[in-house]
Amino acid sequence: MSSTKEKPKKPVKTSIPMEEGLRSGHLACQGCGAMLAMRYAQKGLGRKTVFVTPACCWTILAGPAPKLSIETSLLQCPFATAAATASGVKAGLVSRGDTETQVVVWAGDGGTYDIGIQALSGAADRNEDIIYVCYDNEAYMNTGIQRSGGTPMKAWTMTTQGGSQRPKKDLDKIMEAHSIPYQATCTPGFPEDMVKKFQKVRGIKGFRFIRVLSPCPPGWKHDSGDTVALSKLAVETGAFPLYEIEDGKFKLTKKVSKRKPINEYLKKQRRFRGLKDKDIEEMQQGIDAAWVEFEKRS
Amino acid sequence: MRKVLMGNHAASVAVGLARADVVSAYPITPQTQVIELLDELQTTGKWKGTFIRVESEHSAMAACLGAATAGARTFTASSSQGLAYMHEMLHWVAGARLPVVMVDINRALGAPWILWTDQTDSLSQRDTGWMQFYCSSNQEILDSVLMAYRVAEATLLPAMVVYDGFTLSHTYEPVDVPEQKLVDKFLPPLKYEYALDPKKAQAISSLALPKPFMRMRAKMDADMHRALDVFEEAANEFEKIFGRRYRVIEPYQCDDAETLLVTSGAVASTAQAAIDELRKEGHKAGNLKMRAFRPFPAAALRKTLKPAQKVAVVDRNYSQGHHGIFCEEMKSALYSLDERPEIYGFIAGLGGGDITIELLKEIWHETHEGRADKTNPVWMEDAR
Repeated sequence: MSSTKEKPKKPVKTSIPMEEGLRSGHLACQGCGAMLAMRYAQKGLGRKTVFVTPACCWTILAGPAPKLSIETSLLQCPFATAAATASGVKAGLVSRGDTETQVVVWAGDGGTYDIGIQALSGAADRNEDIIYVCYDNEAYMNTGIQRSGGTPMKAWTMTTQGGSQRPKKDLDKIMEAHSIPYQATCTPGFPEDMVKKFQKVRGIKGFRFIRVLSPCPPGWKHDSGDTVALSKLAVETGAFPLYEIEDGKFKLTKKVSKRKPINEYLKKQRRFRGLKDKDIEEMQQGIDAAWVEFEKRS
Repeated sequence: MRKVLMGNHAASVAVGLARADVVSAYPITPQTQVIELLDELQTTGKWKGTFIRVESEHSAMAACLGAATAGARTFTASSSQGLAYMHEMLHWVAGARLPVVMVDINRALGAPWILWTDQTDSLSQRDTGWMQFYCSSNQEILDSVLMAYRVAEATLLPAMVVYDGFTLSHTYEPVDVPEQKLVDKFLPPLKYEYALDPKKAQAISSLALPKPFMRMRAKMDADMHRALDVFEEAANEFEKIFGRRYRVIEPYQCDDAETLLVTSGAVASTAQAAIDELRKEGHKAGNLKMRAFRPFPAAALRKTLKPAQKVAVVDRNYSQGHHGIFCEEMKSALYSLDERPEIYGFIAGLGGGDITIELLKEIWHETHEGRADKTNPVWMEDAR
């Protein structure tokens, strides 16, 4: 029993909120980046939030009915419809007098880059007052690792067993072309950056788009203990720049002054094991060229 | 107040009167005037709802799904390819037990490109779990939209009001537009008890296991059957307030008829004129109009049709390799009777071809005089 004489403890000041939005007993694989992504997104977004989730890993991770692995409501919807369904939820809530709740799409890369891109483009074009989050694990992981538009060049998947022959679609550029108020990238290896961005979007009106790079141990074929390391390496090698674009203004939120060689990121993932030295060299050149642009814009 | 309205505008006026909260739609011929008038009503402040101008029909129904989940009264309108594109969402919305109301303006499905009416678009949605009500006049369009909200919200089943492209959608008729306060009495604000509440952590439409899934579908079916009674109650109330009466099937001169036509949509009003002529010519002819397709009014049919009667089902729709769809359904509904009328199927007016009084009389004579085929549908075309 605690003594009444004991002094009340000073509240610890943390760089990210202590409150947890995840419940125990979720169904994620060990080392799931998408689970970490949800954890930090919730810390930024708070509870006045409703998630809208199309077919993706989170269809399962949320738990089978009547269970739910998060502390926030979640509406499941068909694959191609997340942005449209969320537009409807927002309009419905507003019609009932609730203008405060943030309606947040929580979708994988397949539901965003591919089958959901029409609804996404439509909602962005209408500047719907919703937040669209794509947790990007770079393939159809829930159906067992098939290539999506988000799969990187040369990556192995079950439908690109000789390595993907096309570069990853530049979705961020597509979104930028919609002139939306805010878009950003983040990844759970940099939780402060991520939480800050999710806190910030709550205060912005209109269509907001956030892409979260989410390492996937079974899909990327990496050790489940390396999820955070890979999330960090993606940024430190420059493969995944952290930035935000607010009202058209581009800003790097993490300046990487000395980028690590891309191979440090690639070699931990067996999906890239078919890469030749020449491929790695080409990738490195691609990153270096892209960074000239990023630094010029920032 | 009586107004001269095109069919499509009768639908929009009804949506305004129903005080729909959220409309989401995408344009397609011959539906466009429905959403154009809603835009005008919104712009002029006569309708206070939200109009989400989506980029496709699939998204139109998705937005209805979202808004209805949040407890809003919702509406959309489509036709043909648009309805087919929505198909996945029709299943989902019904499974989610959301009382969404839509109109489908019948238009044949391609290929080839075709603009005019036939019912294959709506009847192809038979197994989605939506109620379907077919209209024969612009008054019926307006009234059916109001009735659809009432029945949908009492059963938690979505409802589709269906009418013929161009024949009704673009034809002007006098329509009695009811007063707002009377509509408010018939249709109080929606109180959807399962509405999304952001204060509670709710999981909606999450993965179900086989047993609960099966039970959910059985409950849905029970509610679909119950919808017939709910329709009757709503029709009673509607008659009390507005003075017009609607039934799931509407017999015309059927009691002593030896041979009956079975029709739906705008063809049903042409058929009444054909029956009047046949009667004048001394024939015992009748017409049975099908208003409800889902729920299927099997009990009413069994009660109305007599074993000695011959029945000619005129289908402006077709299930390739089998029958007209109303004919199929009619046969299956009557099969369990020990004694049942003879049923003949006729296919007419696909892709908008005219179904004239003359053609309907010809179909009646073919049936009455025993020249029709009892097994296979007969394809009829007006040669004039």
